[in-house]
Amino acid sequence: MHELAPINPWVALAYLVSGVFFILALRGLSSPASARRGNRFGMAGMAIAVVTTLVTHELANPVEVLGAIAIGAVIGIVMARKIAMTAMPQLVAAFHSLVGLAAVAVAAAAYLNPGAFGIADELGQIFTVSRVEMGLGVAIGAITFSGSVIAFLKLNGNMSGAPIMLPLRHLINLGTLAAILGLIGYFLTDQSGWVFWTITGLSFLIGFLLIIPIGGADMPVVVSMLNSYSGWAAAAMGFTLSNTAMIITGALVGSSGAILSYIMCRAMNRSFISVIAGGFGADTSSAGGAAKEQRPWKPGSADDAAFLMSQADNVIIVPGYGMAVAQAQHALREMADLLKKEGVNVKYAIHPVAGRMPGHMNVLLAEANVPYDEVFELEDINNEFAQCDVAFVIGANDVTNPAAKTDKTSPIYGMPVLDVEKAKTVLFVKRSMGGVGYAGVDNDVFYMDQTMMLLGDAKKMADDIVKALSGSGH
Amino acid sequence: MDFIAIFSIFILACFVGYFVVWSVTPALHTPLMSVTNAISSVIIVGALIASAAAGSPLSKWLGLAAVVMASINIFGGFAVTGRMLAMYKKKER
Repeated sequence: MHELAPINPWVALAYLVSGVFFILALRGLSSPASARRGNRFGMAGMAIAVVTTLVTHELANPVEVLGAIAIGAVIGIVMARKIAMTAMPQLVAAFHSLVGLAAVAVAAAAYLNPGAFGIADELGQIFTVSRVEMGLGVAIGAITFSGSVIAFLKLNGNMSGAPIMLPLRHLINLGTLAAILGLIGYFLTDQSGWVFWTITGLSFLIGFLLIIPIGGADMPVVVSMLNSYSGWAAAAMGFTLSNTAMIITGALVGSSGAILSYIMCRAMNRSFISVIAGGFGADTSSAGGAAKEQRPWKPGSADDAAFLMSQADNVIIVPGYGMAVAQAQHALREMADLLKKEGVNVKYAIHPVAGRMPGHMNVLLAEANVPYDEVFELEDINNEFAQCDVAFVIGANDVTNPAAKTDKTSPIYGMPVLDVEKAKTVLFVKRSMGGVGYAGVDNDVFYMDQTMMLLGDAKKMADDIVKALSGSGH
Repeated sequence: MDFIAIFSIFILACFVGYFVVWSVTPALHTPLMSVTNAISSVIIVGALIASAAAGSPLSKWLGLAAVVMASINIFGGFAVTGRMLAMYKKKER
């Protein structure tokens, strides 16, 4: 082992406390009641880490450093205040790209001035272990950055969500990855600049190449995956700096992103490998085209819907992303409030991929003042559809399709779905009979006897139902 | 600290992360992502060291740039998480 400069035990202890506070921050999220306290733990942990660093390092120019923090603080707080809740996935992708780029900058700074980080001997030779950590850190950071930029552009609509498929892309990607790993190996014997900067450049390239073939429908997985990468980048830099706060945080964030990716993959019945391989959502026009015979369906009006729901004992609302796109969540909550006044028991059923990122729909409903104890996850509410009078589906489609349970040829076969077809009556709000969901498959629920199709814009329909409900009675 | 000691902390922290994250309620997965974003910017520690050090001017400027980026994330991440969590309310009874 190399002789490192002795670390002040109090400093090491402070970073450890900061790491423990970060664990408590995540622990707080086990329930909405404790979550705000958890967020404060996170802030305290960060304050401890930053203050410890500032007081133990002689600042060459405190004005510059504090100025940089102030600039970042203003930009960050303004972004956080202004962002619309529907745009959360883009914001998170943008934040990931910043973590990635910051990791690259720190790794590059450490490479250029290893003495300041205590990772080189008197001759300026960087320690072998530090070279591995630095190489991995800069590579993961660069992949996180360029991947997140592409994810941001796709989510924000600056770039089409359709997958971009380069010829021979698997070969190019594997070749680039192998080159990066080979160069990190070579970096151990030769610390010249070209090795370090080529690793950086190739990693920016691979991040870009990895994300462009992934379609819009798979973006929840991609955002979670990049979340994980940003954690591993922080952990790699933590190894370089022997900093426990960074290592604990990196491990927490890395596992968190990995678990969220797994949950999202499971919710879409997609394997992680097939998401990474990309191309999903490329051929929506061909899929399901065969089963397009005209089948009878029953149209309904807002008045019919209002009458049926006000007569019901139990109503389960199934919101999908179409609801959020139409900005119908406030009208929907008003509708639920009026129904509750009539003595109807109203619950919301959320599919894990109802939004554009994990837990997105819950945030959108919370913003519309829907109490969180009326909102249930798929596995908690699915057996209640059999006892419910009305299932009100608004802006969702694939996540209610019973073909996922029965039809082995369906592209969504095996995906967990909400059992709306078991409800006594299904009210299905949909823009038109023509369009189909992301997976491009027809939904048998439309044609069932107990289904009434409410065709129109989700917000207008919810508003009309509110009007009909407040007009009737009282 | 030697590599093995640090590596042990890392592996144990991965297990802690695994169990803590599985206990997060799915309703809070979006705030989970934004708060993990904020805390992964603890990388600011490295950025501060680089920007404080004398020697290489390029290294210092890279450090300062990283301080700005990490601060955006820290303040933005905690602020947006706080904003979301403030929206989660129980039924009024």
